[in-house]
Amino acid sequence: MTTDLQAVRREQWRLWGGLAAAATAWALLYSFNRPFWDWLLFDSLGLDPETHLGSAIEFFFYDTTKIALLLVGIIFAVTVLRSFMSVERTRALLGGRREGVGNVAAAGLGVVTPFCSCSAVPGFIGFVAAGVPLGITMSFLIASPMVNEVAIVLLYGLFGWKVAATYVAAGLVLAIVAGWVIGRLRLERHVEPFVFETTLRGQPVDLSTELSWEDRFAMGREEVASILRKIWPYLVVGIGIGAAIHGWVPEDFFVDVAGPDNPLAVPVAVGVGVPLYSNAAGVLPLVEALHAKGLAMGTVLAFMMSVVALSVPEIVLLRRVLKPKLLAVFVGVVAAGILAVGVLFNLIL
Amino acid sequence: MEIKVLGPGCVNCTTLEKRTNDALAVTGVAATVEKVTDFAEIASYGVMSTPALVIDDQVVVSGRVPKSDEIQALLTRS
Repeated sequence: MTTDLQAVRREQWRLWGGLAAAATAWALLYSFNRPFWDWLLFDSLGLDPETHLGSAIEFFFYDTTKIALLLVGIIFAVTVLRSFMSVERTRALLGGRREGVGNVAAAGLGVVTPFCSCSAVPGFIGFVAAGVPLGITMSFLIASPMVNEVAIVLLYGLFGWKVAATYVAAGLVLAIVAGWVIGRLRLERHVEPFVFETTLRGQPVDLSTELSWEDRFAMGREEVASILRKIWPYLVVGIGIGAAIHGWVPEDFFVDVAGPDNPLAVPVAVGVGVPLYSNAAGVLPLVEALHAKGLAMGTVLAFMMSVVALSVPEIVLLRRVLKPKLLAVFVGVVAAGILAVGVLFNLIL
Repeated sequence: MEIKVLGPGCVNCTTLEKRTNDALAVTGVAATVEKVTDFAEIASYGVMSTPALVIDDQVVVSGRVPKSDEIQALLTRS
């Protein structure tokens, strides 16, 4: 028996020791990122940081490394934490809630529940068929992609905690209000009827409690690999465009065209952002470069939110459960909300 | 044995189907594998996060893609 116990203990050491080693390596890489590229590009290869090309290349390599490191760290941590939550548990928490309080709870849970856009439709059916009111379900569906953990950490890394906190607060308020409005409009008859006819067999499944720490770490590693595999083209293109803007577009270029005083800047940003399909990681390098050249913070945030929260593929998927009118209301309410957030931030930030 | 892979057809769902077939080949368990892509039917299993694996009408995994050896264990436990 003692050997069994020793084996278990060794296993534990390997698990937590490995985690500590990985965290240390991560911190070292992160802190040597800037000095390393400065040394390689400027001191060794002789590029001039004052030239367009030099500053663009430095931006590209430094930002790619920084964002890749941030993503690896964040996705791993968030996946491990989220393995304690599940959509099933969230639904149980939301069942029988009244509007108002329910919308607030749904928006909050939307942020912490693991949820991918390919689950949006089964999730929607599961919620509505189990009796969660439509407006509360909508609050969940809006908050989930809108307040995106990757976006939060990248905003924190690139602009500081105030902007990150503002973004979270804006996303939550938007999800709560939009869900509440949709609930008030009594649009239940614009949900495809089969959703209400779906009967749920037996108990909802919740398998999230049976996992060991080893399983959770493995899930974290797999999630990091699968997300990076999925988003790296967006990331490279986004950082590439960002680098070009950083190097060649003159300072304050956007101040006249899209500064805080231009009332059209935010609507144009949202109009461009909605049909664009990317993710927070691809959009943020672009956003950072645009902001550095004088685009106002509210405009930039509105652009990012519209890219992340509304996309054509998601709308096509949701059409399976929402009739056109309700779908239009959903898109309209969310777009209007993003617009309001952008305009408001340009006034106060 | 009757196995169903629930999922609308995203990358994770095809991965799960492939791993399930691999696990069947390794363990030599005889089973039919059916892909369920209809949303109403997926939801009727009480599954809200895809992909999910159903063995003999019992949901055993949902919301993640288990490793092949975990699927092998699930196939041989009964």
